[in-house]
Amino acid sequence: MTEYDADDTARPDPTAGAGDGWGLPVPEAEQPAKGPAPVTPADAADAARLVSFGLQPKLLPARDVEYGELLRRYRDDPAFARLADAVASGLGLVVLEVSTRAGMAVTAAEDSVFAVRMGDYARRASTDAGDRFLHGLAHLAVAAMAFPRPEDLADDGYIGRITVNGVDAFVRQACRRLEERAAEAGENTDPTSGAPGLEASWRVYARRSATGATKDARRLAGSTTGIIAKAVSFLVDSGFLQRTGDDAGGTYRTTARYQLQVRDMAGTAAMAELLELGVVPIADGSASLLPAEDTDDLDLVADAGLPFHSG
Amino acid sequence: MTRPAPGPAADEGLARRLRALACTAPLHDLDARKANLAGEYGVYAMAEVALAAIDLVTLHMDFDTGADHEQIVARLLPRIAAQAPRRPAAEHERVARWVLENLINVGSVDRGFRAVYGTFTADGDYVRRDYDFKLIEEVPGPGGTVYLRTTDEAVNVLVGALDTDVTSAQIAAEVKLEVLISRGRLADAQLAAEQARYRTVQYAETLRKTLDATRRNVRAVDWLRAVPDMIAEALDHVADRYRHENAILTNIRRARDEAETGNDPKTAEHKRRAAELVDIVKDCIRRHTQLQSRLLEAGPLFRAEQDRQAFAPPTAHAGLDLYGQLVAPVLPLPVEQSTRVTDAFFAKGTGLRTPTAVRVGDLVEMLLTPPQEREHLGAEMPEPDLIATPDDSRFSEEQLDAATALLTLPPDAPRRLSGLLAEARRQDPELPYLVALMAVHAASPPVGTAYRQGEEQLLFAVDDGTELVDAEFGGADLIVGTALLDAAGMAAERSEVA
Repeated sequence: MTEYDADDTARPDPTAGAGDGWGLPVPEAEQPAKGPAPVTPADAADAARLVSFGLQPKLLPARDVEYGELLRRYRDDPAFARLADAVASGLGLVVLEVSTRAGMAVTAAEDSVFAVRMGDYARRASTDAGDRFLHGLAHLAVAAMAFPRPEDLADDGYIGRITVNGVDAFVRQACRRLEERAAEAGENTDPTSGAPGLEASWRVYARRSATGATKDARRLAGSTTGIIAKAVSFLVDSGFLQRTGDDAGGTYRTTARYQLQVRDMAGTAAMAELLELGVVPIADGSASLLPAEDTDDLDLVADAGLPFHSG
Repeated sequence: MTRPAPGPAADEGLARRLRALACTAPLHDLDARKANLAGEYGVYAMAEVALAAIDLVTLHMDFDTGADHEQIVARLLPRIAAQAPRRPAAEHERVARWVLENLINVGSVDRGFRAVYGTFTADGDYVRRDYDFKLIEEVPGPGGTVYLRTTDEAVNVLVGALDTDVTSAQIAAEVKLEVLISRGRLADAQLAAEQARYRTVQYAETLRKTLDATRRNVRAVDWLRAVPDMIAEALDHVADRYRHENAILTNIRRARDEAETGNDPKTAEHKRRAAELVDIVKDCIRRHTQLQSRLLEAGPLFRAEQDRQAFAPPTAHAGLDLYGQLVAPVLPLPVEQSTRVTDAFFAKGTGLRTPTAVRVGDLVEMLLTPPQEREHLGAEMPEPDLIATPDDSRFSEEQLDAATALLTLPPDAPRRLSGLLAEARRQDPELPYLVALMAVHAASPPVGTAYRQGEEQLLFAVDDGTELVDAEFGGADLIVGTALLDAAGMAAERSEVA
C-alpha cells in the first residue's frame, strides 16, 4: 500500500474538505458559463478524459502521470472542476470524491447505463428469491466485515482486511445465534410449506451449504462461500478490493473507493430501505458497541463472541 | 388458547420427535433406493454403511479440519467388502461413494435434506412446515480443500440420544463406564467409552465456535464476566475429565491384570478389548489437551486485540454501524422484506461497469471460434528416464548372507571374535572385514529399536579385556553372542507405558 501511504502525507486539506461537497450534482445556476475564462473544447476534452479515468476503477492516479495532472488541475481550477462534474453527471455518474488517494471516484447513478443489475450479475438470482437474497447479503456482509466498527468506516486511513471463509463464518455465526434465540423462545422457525417468501432470512443462509466438492475442483458456485467469492471477485473488478493472498478462501484488503462507496452510497441506501420497512434500530451514533442487555444466554452458546451491539 | 391438539407441550414434543424421525429417513431411503442403482446391489446393507460413515466422520473431526473425503471412503471399504466379499473392489468403492454422496445429498442445491411435517399454531390452525437438515456437511479446509463434518443432527441420530444436555450426558456415560469396569464387563465398557468420546467431540466443536467468535470481535464480547466465566468453566471441565480418564486408565489396567491371572479362553479377548479401551481414552485425553491449549490462547489474544482496537485514538465522527444497523436487523426479517434491503445495498454498493459495445466483426469471430477444450487430466507426464546406478557396495549379498549365518549363534554358546574371523577367512578373504564390522556394531546393540519393534533376539558383543591377535585386525577379542528377549513382556509393557 505504498500508494496510499504516500497519499496520506501528500494529501492537502483543501482536497479532503472539497471531497464531500463534490458528491452533489452541480446546480444549474452554477454552470461554468459564468466563470472568468470561457470554456474551450480542449477543456471539455480534458474534463471528459478525467471522467474516463474515473471509469477505470483499477487505475491508480500514482501510476499514471496524465491522470495525476488532471486531478491536480481539478483541485486547483474550480471552473475545470465544475466542468468535469457536469460531464460526469451528464453521463449518469455520481462523483464521490476527487483526490489523489481515491482518484476520480465516480459511481453509477440509478438507472444509469453503468449500473450493475442483479439479473446480469447472477443468472439464478432473477428466478430464485433465495439466491437473489444470498447474493445481496454477500455484498452486505463483505462490507460489514471490511468495516466492523463505525469508526472504521469513518476513518479515511482505515484499510479493512477480509477473507472469504471469514465472511461466511461471520454470517453463519449470526444466523446460528438467531437460531438459538428462536429455540430459546420456543419458536418454531420452520417455514410454512409453499410460502418461501415468509421464511426468515437467516434460515435461507443457514441451510445453504458452506462449500462442496465439485468434479473439477472449483468452488461450488451455489454454496455460500461460492457466492461470497463471486461477490469479492466482482468487487476486485470494481476496484474496491485488492487480492492479497490465497489463505482462507482468498484474502483481500479494501481501497479508498470502497470505503467511499459503502459510506456515501450503499450504506445510506440500504438504511433508507430498512427505515421504510419500519424495523430500524435506534442509532445515536455513539457507543453502540456496548454488550447487549440480554446476556442471559452466555453460558457456552456457540456465539458468545458475536458482536451483539446491535442495540 | 383453544386448540384441538392435546396441548402446546405435547404438540411441541411431537414436532421434535417428528424432526428426529426425519433425520433417520435418509438412511432408510438408502436401502429403499439401492434397487435403482444399475447392477445387483441388494447384498449391501446401505444403512449400516451410512451409520459407519457417520461414525468415521465424527471420529475424524478435529478442531481445525474435518474428515477427508477419500480417507472416509478408504476406511469404509473393509466393511463393505465384508458384506459382499466376492464382488470386485471397484464395486465396493462405488457403494462407498454412493452412500457418502447421498449422505451429503450432492444432488440438491443446499446439499441437505428437507422433511415436511404439520403442527398447530397458537390460533389452532394446522400448518405444514419444512424442516431442513444436513447429516454430513462439507466445510472449507486450509488451502481450498473440502472437509466433511457431521452435523449435530447426525451426531444425535448416531448416539441415539435426542434432545439431551451435552455435559450431563457425558458425566452419565463416564459414571456408567466406571461401574461397568469395576464389574469386569469390558464389552459394555468399551461401548460407553466410545459414546463418551462422541460427546467429547461435540463439546469441543461447541467450544471451537465460541473461541472463533471471540477472536473476531473483542469489544462486542463481555470480557468482564461472561467470557472469563466460560473459559474457567471449560478449563474446569478439562481438568475434571483428566482426572476422570486417568482413573479409567488405572481401572482398565487393573481389570486387565485380573483377566491375565485366570486360565480362561476369553483372556485374550479381554486383553484386546482393554487395549482398545486404552486407545479410546488416550484419544479423549489428546482432544482435551488440544482444547486446553486453545483456551489458554484466548487471554493473550484478547489483550493484543484490545491494544489494536480499543486504544486507538477516536475519530471525530462516528459512521454507520454496518453490522449493528444493517446485517443484524436484516437477518431476522422474512426473505421478501430483507431482499429489498440487500437489493438496495447491491445496487449502490457494487460500483459501476462500463457497458461493452459489440462490433459485428468481433461477434462473428467470437461465434465462429471453437470452444476451448478443458483439460481434465492436465499435461501429459513425461516418461521418467531411469538409469541403473552402478552397484558399488563393498560386500555382495552372498557375503552378507554368509556373515549373518556365521553370526547366528545359539544363545547358550557365545564365541570369540578371533575364532569367527578365522572361520570367515577360510570361506572368503573379504568376509572377515564384514564379520569384524558387524561384531563392532554389536558392541553397542540397538536395544531401543529391538524393544520398539518387538524383536525376539539380539546380537551383542562384550569386551572382557582379552587382546585380539590377528594379522589384519587389532583391538579387543570380543565375545559375540545372542541374547533372547522377552517379546511378549515388552509388548505388554509398551501398552502400559503408552
